[in-house]
Amino acid sequence: MPETNYNMDMAFFVDMQRCIGCHACEMACAECETNGQESMIHVNYVDRAVSVQTTVQVCMHCENPACANVCPADAIHQDDFGVVHSANTPRCIGCSNCVLACPFGVPKKMEEAELMMKCNMCYDRTSAGKKPMCATVCPSQALYYGTHEEIARMRPNSTPVNSFKFGNQEVKTKVYVMMPKGAKQLIVD
Amino acid sequence: MYRLFQTLNRRAFLKAFTLTVLVVVLVWLGSRKLQNFDPALIAYLTGTVFAVFGTSYRYSVWIQRPPTRLYWQRSMRFLFSRHFFPYLWHSIKLFFRNILFQRFIAFRSRRRWFGHFLLATGCLLAFAVTIPLTFGWINFELRPGDDQTYHAMLFGFQAGTFRLGSPLAFIIFHCLVWCSILVTVGAVIMMNRRFTNGGLIATQTFEDDLLPLVLLIAISVTGVGISYDYTFLEGKTYQFMAVTHAITVILFLLWLPFGKFFHIYQRFAQLGANLYKVEGARRGMAICPHTKKAFASQTHINDLKQVTKELGFDFDKPDGSSHLDLSPEGKRSALAAAHFRVRKESGKFFG
Repeated sequence: MPETNYNMDMAFFVDMQRCIGCHACEMACAECETNGQESMIHVNYVDRAVSVQTTVQVCMHCENPACANVCPADAIHQDDFGVVHSANTPRCIGCSNCVLACPFGVPKKMEEAELMMKCNMCYDRTSAGKKPMCATVCPSQALYYGTHEEIARMRPNSTPVNSFKFGNQEVKTKVYVMMPKGAKQLIVD
Repeated sequence: MYRLFQTLNRRAFLKAFTLTVLVVVLVWLGSRKLQNFDPALIAYLTGTVFAVFGTSYRYSVWIQRPPTRLYWQRSMRFLFSRHFFPYLWHSIKLFFRNILFQRFIAFRSRRRWFGHFLLATGCLLAFAVTIPLTFGWINFELRPGDDQTYHAMLFGFQAGTFRLGSPLAFIIFHCLVWCSILVTVGAVIMMNRRFTNGGLIATQTFEDDLLPLVLLIAISVTGVGISYDYTFLEGKTYQFMAVTHAITVILFLLWLPFGKFFHIYQRFAQLGANLYKVEGARRGMAICPHTKKAFASQTHINDLKQVTKELGFDFDKPDGSSHLDLSPEGKRSALAAAHFRVRKESGKFFG
């Protein structure tokens, strides 16, 4: 990687309950140069038939990423900062293994380009000490990029959690989800 | 050195060694016991033989990884099934579309496709010319009594003739010059992207992304230099041109198994992935329990459950289902629903 100014004190905090489904993050995401002007963030209704609840999903940058493990082409790599990068374009064979194995449902397959793309935490910006595009525009702060001290001050009744359980699998991530005070893990069943 | 032997992948070594010996035997046989082998090309031959060993070793290690092995085995099984002919035809079409014309890159960017197409076509043509020449499989002869007709020999058998000084002779003798022009123009287009695209500047590395282009340009320019030398300089700089060209080409060959150029071989896996998708759809699609929509083939989901287990992941749930049964949208919704539940139980949705 070229010389970077990645700030390891900064972290990404997501609070899905704050998502109002405005799609501002999608528009901002498409401005990220590492995505080639494609929006990588997901905003969707959770269960439209019974609720207007929306959710927002960025790549959680797992400590042991399932997407990279199941990639038959070794196209996904995690850098020294823990950022899991989008598929290496010469290598990606468009098999969709990563799309289907990611427990958070993050990677996107660009069908015609036969390429997987995903959020890489706006690496062009974060590697230069700036905030990811989505976090800079989110009006409800469902997406927040800052220090642990800042988030503790802003959300005194919440705890950032980066441990998840999907079935029997525990997953630790670089990105945090804001949970009720004292919570240790988000169990998804 | 001891560590090298400890970490050596024996199966890959055996395969690579066998293939390398086979190539040497084919050089011996194809050049008619080295009769048609050009000794001036010995350094290129050595580099090519090393590239064969290194590439086949890495390829073999690569396809031993659980997900790659599974794709490899499945693609072969699907190809050599009762649908052999339709799948063979499908693979041939894909070979032209994705390997020779790299059409999928056009959907990433047209300019990028154009640059890559020129570069790849130049490289593939150059390989097609230089490898048989280096192996002594192709050579040219003049026959006694006629110093105007060149005989092209393939494996020692006459494959064609052409008159010296004819347009055909000009095209054939300058084939590598045309390749160099294609590669240089393509590499410059690709290099321009790497200097101007903000996303690439942030993520590229010198050794993985810029050096391969620099090397290709160096090979092309020094190759054209040889032609330029004998056409316009009466061979005065031949030694310099020939040595610099040999150095750049041999560097390329030595690096082929390790660096970015390995993707040339990996690209063939795309054909297998396509076949896997077609056969998977024929066998039946998986329906997401959340969205109630088909999102992937059931074969793919089942295989992925097996591969993730082999890799140390266990997404099985107590009720016997798996988190992998959900579509990507289903997984995102499941996460949000779980988060909602925890917030609700805490008595506060925000905080």
